[in-house]
Amino acid sequence: MQADSEEPETMEFDVLIVGGGPAGLSAACRLKQLAAAAGEELSVCVVEKGSEIGAHILAGTVFEPSALAALFPDWQERGAPLQTPVSRDEILLLRDSETASRLPNLLVPKNMHNHGNYVISLGNLCRWLAEQAEALGVEIYPGFTAARTIIEDACVKGVLTGEMGVARDGSHKPGYVPAMALRAPYTLFTEGCRGHLGKQLIAQFKLDEGRDPQHYGIGIKELWDIDPALHEPGLVVHTTGWPLNENDATGGGFLYHAQNNQVYVGLITDLSYSNPHLSPFDEFQRLKHHPRISRYLAGGKRVAYGARALSKGGFNALPKMSFPGGLLLGCDAGTLNSSKIKGSHTAMASGMLGAEAVFEALGNGLKGAEISDFAQRFQASALYRELYAERNFGPAMHKFGNYIGGAIAFFEQNILRGSLPFTLHDRLADHASLKPAAECSRIDYPKPDNRLSFDRLSSVFLSNTNHSEDQPVHLRLSDPQLPITVNLPIYDEPAQRYCPAGVYEVTAADDGSGKQLQINAQNCVHCKTCDIKDPSQNITWVTPEGGDGPNYPNM
Amino acid sequence: MKVLVAVKRVIDYNVKVRVKPDQSGVDLDNVKMAMNPFCEIAVEEAVRLKEKGLASEVIVVSIGTAASQEQIRTALALGADRGLLIETDEEVQPLDAAKLLKAVVEQEQPGLVILGKQSIDSDNNQTGQMLAALTGMGQATFASAVEVTDDRVQVTREVDGGLMTLSLKLPAVITTDLRLNEPRYASLPNIMKAKKKPVAVTTADELGLALSPRLKTLKVEAPEPRKAGIKVADVAALVDKLKNEAKVI
Repeated sequence: MQADSEEPETMEFDVLIVGGGPAGLSAACRLKQLAAAAGEELSVCVVEKGSEIGAHILAGTVFEPSALAALFPDWQERGAPLQTPVSRDEILLLRDSETASRLPNLLVPKNMHNHGNYVISLGNLCRWLAEQAEALGVEIYPGFTAARTIIEDACVKGVLTGEMGVARDGSHKPGYVPAMALRAPYTLFTEGCRGHLGKQLIAQFKLDEGRDPQHYGIGIKELWDIDPALHEPGLVVHTTGWPLNENDATGGGFLYHAQNNQVYVGLITDLSYSNPHLSPFDEFQRLKHHPRISRYLAGGKRVAYGARALSKGGFNALPKMSFPGGLLLGCDAGTLNSSKIKGSHTAMASGMLGAEAVFEALGNGLKGAEISDFAQRFQASALYRELYAERNFGPAMHKFGNYIGGAIAFFEQNILRGSLPFTLHDRLADHASLKPAAECSRIDYPKPDNRLSFDRLSSVFLSNTNHSEDQPVHLRLSDPQLPITVNLPIYDEPAQRYCPAGVYEVTAADDGSGKQLQINAQNCVHCKTCDIKDPSQNITWVTPEGGDGPNYPNM
Repeated sequence: MKVLVAVKRVIDYNVKVRVKPDQSGVDLDNVKMAMNPFCEIAVEEAVRLKEKGLASEVIVVSIGTAASQEQIRTALALGADRGLLIETDEEVQPLDAAKLLKAVVEQEQPGLVILGKQSIDSDNNQTGQMLAALTGMGQATFASAVEVTDDRVQVTREVDGGLMTLSLKLPAVITTDLRLNEPRYASLPNIMKAKKKPVAVTTADELGLALSPRLKTLKVEAPEPRKAGIKVADVAALVDKLKNEAKVI
């Protein structure tokens, strides 16, 4: 928390926002709207680690426009990039690599209907939100990381930006730029799932006390150009079952038809899986070979690739969101509605709620005192009602299944357990769910055919990821020996497989003394899976140089 | 002495370029754009001249859509003093760019014009040379070192087999090579200051010119993907394949 040597240069704002995603940008817009309505000056600053707004945004996305409409009722006239209304919904139960059953509409839970929603690129929506925010006077600085929080007298006072121009060995390169202190009475943390500062805040202020552990999934997604004859704009397909069920894992696949003859195809693998041989990346590659998916991709061309973890613990895992000097919002807290498989509108809603609370606090002359009524505000909101209702989704569907009887038991087991693996009492953290490798069957994944399926490196290539090479490794090992002394013998070092970007490799040690874990940090797509899933909790993701990481277009 | 620097908005060098399905060009839709890296080196060199007290003002000019303002702001954050955008939605080819820059040179009367040797989008490597020819200024291309003394500039160029050093009378045109310098990071306070620096916007019309592209793009294609390699059993098999299949020996 302390700068290396002398006092860093300081800049002050009324509200500081860490992370330019849907939650952060919505908060920024709302703050400025409220200030304008009250005729007040309010300085709002957003820092974003991506090279531009949208560069690190990755989501499905079938978007529910409710929160957008609350923020900008005239979003259509303003040209928000919601071009493709959902035209048709399908839920497929993939039974094996060849066959599938379609869940009849009657049995589709209400929450999973997508009428009135849009297939969008969340990255492009964020680019648009950033334009609106800048027009409202928000200062947005992409390419700047929030490396550390400034905490004084048990109160968050702002953040220190990451230094630029530090060499691998920690020495300063010629263009070295020191950290800057960005200070504000209130800082909103909207870093997305498993934010590296959010994680520290949760620990420091014990925000998760009495809550279930957060649960996560790893979403891997590709953008494809497909044969125009096979394209059906607005068609939304969700899958469950195969291939993950073969390895006792849960999650679900998706295929969304966007505009311009493009589709998004992806697989979310719940990180509660137990077989350390499992590779979410290879499961996704397999999924694309299923006839219900490959029928659309055949003859198409893959355009982009990306991966990102998502927080899916829902209501029961949601930490306390307030602490002295700030709020934890969006997926940084975990506001995703997992029964709808949607987190964008809830992230936006939480950002707006946070903005309203902070604006009022500043108006009341508070200068960083904890917004202790945020919990009540949250409970009174439509967002809370949505998440609260979702809390009972699992058990409610269970009853529904019993009522209809044995005919539905099949779906009940496969769909409900499949898409909702966590229960109301899932107290086992995802990093603790792995079994020793020796107790699990090895998984032989088929080789990629380079038409539908690919290897990791050619995939990372399409995420436009770059990290300047001569900088400290941003994936820190608390104990550098542990991957080889513990993870390798017990779990066959699962990082080799859960990382969707090929960052971790077990190689022969340079000095010939056995094996070592090689970390190819320049490949990192900032998905945070290693920080979550490492069974020894030995990997900490920290911010690399600002502007580094993926450059997702239209994702 | 004023220094004029030309900068171009291009697709970011980290982005894997994708050809549009209809082969009409490269897909730029929501793709990350950035300042051409050689132009960034040109800005850095100009700012260093100013820091050494050899330049009085650094003016940045760009030709392109309104979005090119972003790259001008980046240059201002790196230390340039003011910007000029010649706004057009049309494709700008090297000769037109050089003619427009000549008009700016006539207005601003800079002692030195620094450009990137080429832009990483179309890779023409022509604009600097054309500008020198049109204005009658001396030119030193592919600069790896620049030294200004009184009314002359000494430029080191990397050429095949060694270094060539030229001495030019000012005003002159210099185009930058990769090793000239390593551009600095734009700091947060400098990005903020850059928002307040003046950027004028003009058009080819206002400069008394009309764009007249001479080249027509017929088709853009991605290169053939590289074929997978094979393993051969021994040297004899390798020689045989090189001789009879690849026909290279």
